[in-house]
Amino acid sequence: MQISSAVAPAPPSSGLGYGPPTSLASASGSFPNSGLYGSYPQGQASPVSQAQGHPGIQTPQRSAPSQASSFTPPVSGGPRLPSMTGPLLPGQGFGGPSVSQPNHVSSPPPQALPPGTQMTGPLGPPPPMHSLQQPGYQPQQNGSFGSARGPQPNYGSPYPAAPTFGSQPGPPQPLPPKRLDPDAIPSPQLNELPPQQKTRHRIDPDAIPSPIQVIEDDRNNRGTEPFVTGVRGQVPPLVTTNFLVKDQGNASPRYIRCTSYNIPCTSDMAKQAQVPLAAVIKPLATLPPDEASPYVVDHGESGPLRCNRCKAYMCPFMQFIEGGRRFQCCFCSCINDVPPQYFQHLDHTGKRVDAYDRPELSLGSYEFLATVDYCKNNKFPSPPAFIFMIDVSYNAIRTGLVRLLCEELKSLLDFLPRECGAEESAIRVGFVTYNKVLHFYNVKSSLAQPQMMVVSDVADMFVPLLDGFLVNVNESRAVITSLLDQIPEMFADTRETETVFVPVIQAGMEALKAAECAGKLFLFHTSLPIAEAPGKLKNRDDRKLINTDKEKTLFQPQTGAYQTLAKECVAQGCCIDLFLFPNQYVDVATLSVVPQLTGGSVYKYACFQVENDQERFLSDLRRDVQKVVGFDAVMRVRTSTGIRAVDFFGAFYMSNTTDVELAGLDGDKTVTVEFKHDDRLNEESGALLQCALLYTSCAGQRRLRIHNLALNCCTQLADLYRNCETDTLINYMAKFAYRGVLNSPVKAVRDTLITQCAQILACYRKNCASPSSAGQLILPECMKLLPVYLNCVLKSDVLQPGAEVTTDDRAYVRQLVTSMDVAETNVFFYPRLLPLTKSPIESTTEPTAVRASEERLSNGDIYLLENGLNLFLWVGASVQQGVVQSLFSVSSFSQITSGLSVLPVLDNPLSKKVRGLIDSLRAQRSRYMKLIVVKQEDKLEMLFKHFLVEDKSLSGGASYVDFLCHMHKEIRQLLS
Amino acid sequence: MATYLEFIQQNEERDGVRFSWNVWPSSRLEATRMVVPLACLFTPLKERPDLPPVQYEPVLCSRPTCKAVLNPLCQVDYRAKLWACNFCFQRNQFPPAYGGISEVNQPAELMPQFSTIEYMIQRGAQSPLIFLYVVDTCLEEDDLQALKESLQMSLSLLPPDALVGLITFGRMVQVHELSCEGISKSYVFRGTKDLTAKQIQDMLGLTKPAMPMQQARPAQPQEHPFVSSRFLQPVHKIDMNLTDLLGELQRDPWPVTQGKRPLRSTGVALSIAVGLLEGTFPNTGARIMLFTGGPPTQGPGMVVGDELKIPIRSWHDIEKDNARFMKKATKHYEMLANRTAANGHCIDIYACALDQTGLLEMKCCANLTGGYMVMGDSFNTSLFKQTFQRIFTKDFNGDFRMAFGATLDVKTSRELKIAGAIGPCVSLNVKGPCVSENELGVGGTSQWKICGLDLTSTLGIYFEVVNQHNAPIPQGGRGAIQFVTHYQHSSTQRRIRVTTIARNWADAQTQLRHIEAAFDQEAAAVLMARLGVFRAESEEGPDVLRWLDRQLIRLCQKFGQYNKEDPASFRLSDSFSLYPQFMFHLRRSPFLQVFNNSPDESSYYRHHFARQDLTQSLIMIQPILYSYSFHGPPEPVLLDSSSILADKILLMDTFFQIVIYLGETIAQWRKAGYQDMPEYENFKHLLQAPLDDAQEILQARFPMPRYINTEHGGSQARFLLSKVNPSQTHNNLYAWGQETGAPILTDDVSLQVFMDHLKKLAVSSAC
Repeated sequence: MQISSAVAPAPPSSGLGYGPPTSLASASGSFPNSGLYGSYPQGQASPVSQAQGHPGIQTPQRSAPSQASSFTPPVSGGPRLPSMTGPLLPGQGFGGPSVSQPNHVSSPPPQALPPGTQMTGPLGPPPPMHSLQQPGYQPQQNGSFGSARGPQPNYGSPYPAAPTFGSQPGPPQPLPPKRLDPDAIPSPQLNELPPQQKTRHRIDPDAIPSPIQVIEDDRNNRGTEPFVTGVRGQVPPLVTTNFLVKDQGNASPRYIRCTSYNIPCTSDMAKQAQVPLAAVIKPLATLPPDEASPYVVDHGESGPLRCNRCKAYMCPFMQFIEGGRRFQCCFCSCINDVPPQYFQHLDHTGKRVDAYDRPELSLGSYEFLATVDYCKNNKFPSPPAFIFMIDVSYNAIRTGLVRLLCEELKSLLDFLPRECGAEESAIRVGFVTYNKVLHFYNVKSSLAQPQMMVVSDVADMFVPLLDGFLVNVNESRAVITSLLDQIPEMFADTRETETVFVPVIQAGMEALKAAECAGKLFLFHTSLPIAEAPGKLKNRDDRKLINTDKEKTLFQPQTGAYQTLAKECVAQGCCIDLFLFPNQYVDVATLSVVPQLTGGSVYKYACFQVENDQERFLSDLRRDVQKVVGFDAVMRVRTSTGIRAVDFFGAFYMSNTTDVELAGLDGDKTVTVEFKHDDRLNEESGALLQCALLYTSCAGQRRLRIHNLALNCCTQLADLYRNCETDTLINYMAKFAYRGVLNSPVKAVRDTLITQCAQILACYRKNCASPSSAGQLILPECMKLLPVYLNCVLKSDVLQPGAEVTTDDRAYVRQLVTSMDVAETNVFFYPRLLPLTKSPIESTTEPTAVRASEERLSNGDIYLLENGLNLFLWVGASVQQGVVQSLFSVSSFSQITSGLSVLPVLDNPLSKKVRGLIDSLRAQRSRYMKLIVVKQEDKLEMLFKHFLVEDKSLSGGASYVDFLCHMHKEIRQLLS
Repeated sequence: MATYLEFIQQNEERDGVRFSWNVWPSSRLEATRMVVPLACLFTPLKERPDLPPVQYEPVLCSRPTCKAVLNPLCQVDYRAKLWACNFCFQRNQFPPAYGGISEVNQPAELMPQFSTIEYMIQRGAQSPLIFLYVVDTCLEEDDLQALKESLQMSLSLLPPDALVGLITFGRMVQVHELSCEGISKSYVFRGTKDLTAKQIQDMLGLTKPAMPMQQARPAQPQEHPFVSSRFLQPVHKIDMNLTDLLGELQRDPWPVTQGKRPLRSTGVALSIAVGLLEGTFPNTGARIMLFTGGPPTQGPGMVVGDELKIPIRSWHDIEKDNARFMKKATKHYEMLANRTAANGHCIDIYACALDQTGLLEMKCCANLTGGYMVMGDSFNTSLFKQTFQRIFTKDFNGDFRMAFGATLDVKTSRELKIAGAIGPCVSLNVKGPCVSENELGVGGTSQWKICGLDLTSTLGIYFEVVNQHNAPIPQGGRGAIQFVTHYQHSSTQRRIRVTTIARNWADAQTQLRHIEAAFDQEAAAVLMARLGVFRAESEEGPDVLRWLDRQLIRLCQKFGQYNKEDPASFRLSDSFSLYPQFMFHLRRSPFLQVFNNSPDESSYYRHHFARQDLTQSLIMIQPILYSYSFHGPPEPVLLDSSSILADKILLMDTFFQIVIYLGETIAQWRKAGYQDMPEYENFKHLLQAPLDDAQEILQARFPMPRYINTEHGGSQARFLLSKVNPSQTHNNLYAWGQETGAPILTDDVSLQVFMDHLKKLAVSSAC
């Protein structure tokens, strides 16, 4: 894609342009945003360096905002600004001339205003940041895309503006970076007309949409007021924004996020747009402390009220008629009688008088108590059990894992999840150790000593004892403690290196079956299971397969035994959490099949050493054991007539096409559901989703959790594009692609992604943006980050592995991503890079991130980088000595130990702040991120650079700019 | 040697041998006409307090096919230091150690009184005895408790260096590791799955871990075999541990729902026990002691399903071919028994339950390996407790009365061949010149293995005279038989006992009287009975009876004196006089009659019949009845209903039961309490006398008999009534009203009727 191709045909290209082709104005256009910032100091345009600068320039600062809006009608705050009048803005925006609009505009025209309005209009925080966006980037141009031509002013603008896009908030502007890249700096000022000429010139990275800017804008605009869910089809704030949710009839975005909140009425439209219609559902999401968890509703013996035909559960969208004697199902339109005990009069608006007393009539999310009809075998479930299954082969003993784990379990068992309010957890525990045989332990409270029972018949697993295997922690504490004390001793001299795997899970499952309960197995495993037993594996790691048609086999399980086993586990409600401690290839692709299909988690600690990895492991373990889990769950997503859930992604098992079966489901697990049209939707009634999750709580109570969400429907593509959420889209596309690698060559998967993305954008360009030069790249406001994020997905380890990425790592990541929620995929694909010394030490807020590119790193600074799994502290070579001293307690840069994983605890503000920041970052993530200190120019830096996703990667992944150019080319091809 | 009776008795005491014929017909033809085959009951370890073992090894004939042991019947050339083998006539040089031999300086084995001699072998590593307890945990609480106590007690009786192991089973099978401290550890196996020995050893970790241990401690090769198995440990090391472990044994925890039998994996438990020993201590004396309280209900070897409504098979079911599991189970246990025998181990079965426990299917485990079989109602009875204790009694030397891993090698002079053996043994399939083609019992070999034996274990060994009629044996010629028994003494030494006997040949045509006089009717009865019982295992009951009857008739024809067609003239000489009566009782015995017995009981009775010595066997065939009265000392009386008198106390010993029966009057007296009155002290003594005698029998017998104390009209009196000859029944009321005993309600023929028929048939020329 390099540039060249781009050819700039178009003279017109005002190119870069943001929209405003022509005009210099355009330049301004770009800024518009800045407008926003405007508020900031930027005013002083002067600081070229500073993005803001531009704004300054722009006369029409205000206009800027407007423009924004105009452009991408998108949600961007723009609309909200009351000040800006929607429609007008557009025009002005640019400076001008209506012309400008074209690009962005597409949408705007019609609803220019509306956008604003519609979008969250009312609520919307004032500052419309986005505006800049689209326009901004047309950049492709560097010469390459034709754009660059004369008009470029844009260009110019962009640069300076660069920041603009992002509309970065003033402060953080990473201008400096530019410097780093001489090339990039074509010219500080747009004025430098000739940009175009330098065909070959690189596009100024600052001129293209910046994730940082978008995130910051959303934070500023929407982070302050609560998000109230009462209105249908509102696009929620970004996942990166910290906001409060008030449930007024639709499920919180913490439970459900959609790729678009306004979906096309017809499948033709949907096909044309190619925007996937998907919802990312996290049914048991943990809420922040200031949001109430769902109410539990008890409908008594008759069970929850449901539609007779489609079985949808009572929800706020159900229409009561005939004075309240009947209700019409909002999903299938069936008319049902209201049972006498549920009858209530309607008020003059046709609403039930008691609507606000009943969660199921007024809230988006709530729970029903299930009756016995909802239970397996028509019996209320017993409380679930946790079984700890510990590998005690030589490797596990040698690394100290077993000792560490046993020690930890002693205290951890006091923190088993419990129903809120319960005094002690109802969960029973059991213990198994294994190498190539299994050892069960009888820890009955009446025993003086635990008893060990060895089962060597791994070919035909069974549970050797009933009574005394699963026990209440408090009753059997003495025996359990004694057991945990003895396990490390008993196996201290073991020489057994071989392990089994399938029989271990089978044993756990059989134990649960014998105890007639659901539960979770915690499996601590070290090596490839090569002992003679079902599910025996061989080392089939073969890097030569990479980039061949056979590469997919690396992601597929070696044998079918694992799937079969998983199926049995699901039937029993047995969920598996797998902790891996491999020294070498363990075939994660195969081993993770069972956790994956049972709704469990996989944790991997390569080359585990107690000294280095203890904290990470223990922290993960504690969180994993303590987290609230629903067992033996079935999830069903119902939709109103017209669309249908057709595809599901996540960690679960499906035995038919509609029911998602989850042996276990915790608050971190997400299911992504894709919808397709099977009929026309109605603009008026919109589209409804109801996700019902039947599960057993950790106290053994059978419950149904219901989430409802209403979406708008549209007949105009522009509405669709204006209400999309790129983060969710990326979540879907990543999961789609990651599943694709199981069946297709990786190359094909990548191409599919690119094509789809190009189609989405081309459709927008064709249908929503007003005509303009083909040389311009015009992106919808809501999707202006699509290219950069998509590029990150494309060059992720799974789709484009670097030389140092192991097969296991790829399989591991692949399965991790499968159940990630939107926030996790967001940061996973586009890591956060936080400068530590830029802001004053006293400031208590998190520093503003900078873009993930080497150009943005200043060698006099220190940065933290995190992606949800990894955490790096990058130290520039010329960092002030004082900083080094206060952080590392060594006197110079050269004395810092590279690869350090713990910062010394020092009593100075900087140290405290950094450590505090690290802690808070870790607290935000579901997995503990181990810190790695990387020094500039050090060997480890390679590793670090891998995460600078806007740069070209060593494995051949394109830089952001290059990719954008390529994307532009693709779009143009489609358009022509 | 005045009479044959004395001769026989003397021979039995010295050599442990009783022959059916003590003078042998000299040709094949004549021998077959004798009806009762030439055979003997041989008790290899006949207790010989007066026989100290010699501390050297036997001298063998150098002919590879012979290898007979030097014995008093050999001709010795003291000058040339040569000896001639009396079996193959090979001339052998004495070994150098015998250099000083002369007429006056003979080694013991040449002296006539040492026709039986025992050698001690010093070679080879000694390995300790091994006791592997295989314990059923599907028992009632008090049963289990009693069993646990018995087992704990037994630990104190075992030799301190003996190895013990423990396997428990119920729904699962647990092999307990005994060495570990702290946490108790066991290996668990599914009770439904049969495993090969290799799999079992792999799963118990017996194959691999042994290797590193060996390498790690090359310094103590001697000790190695003793410690290689974590499952078998010396008693003295772990008796505390094991006592605790046994104490903590719980009933099988798996729930048994209403209407079900507990799931009991006896088949797999045994299989694992066998596999464990096979892998660790092959060819070392070891007892697998199975304690079970019910039938195997799952897995290989299951005898009945777990549905209580389907009862365990009865003889009726078996006849109707209705016993679903029998064949498969039997095959499983037979396979195990054969493996065990091949390893030189033995299996004891202690089955205590009110219902059957599957002894029918499992019998071969004990029968083929020389193990014990004990059947009782509950582990909480003295019958079990004392029987079990008695296994560990010691002889006058302080040694256990048990021996292991014996092979019995029989050599004959060339006029004889070996037809087979019946007893607790398996064939070693050693073909040789002295093996006959006609098999009686377990044949086709001259060697048998007896994995477990005690001082009374007795084999019936059957021979065939092969000398042709036209090759007369010179006057005064003698046939010889040598029994060579290699075994592991309970002191763990290897020993060899050699018994060499010789009998005269006689021409049956000219010396029939002679042969007749040397007939041992007791031995003959037992030997014929063993043949009958042996047949009964594989043939239909009536066929066996018919065969027995035919033999009896033929014998009477041959040796009776009578006029043709005149039953009244029939007479039998003294040496045959009791034989028909034995046969009469044998026909009625539980060994051949299955009526009123469960298949398990039949198996149990037959098991004991096939291993006891002559005296005990005779008691089993024809129980002994003593009568106690005021009229004199206790006297043996006829086993006849006429002996049941109102003023007598009867004591019957059937081997399996001791019955004390009070006559009607006595019972009334006792009820009236006369025994408590000082003036009737003699009555008290009378009541006491049979009790004391019974006690004496109880003390000595193994297994401990069922002790029944009953009286006239008591329900338990049936044990007596079913045994006595029904001379008076409801059918022949002519004796009614006389004071001659009690009528028996039965349709069985009485001895008198039987004899009448026999006479008639014997004198008839028709057959």
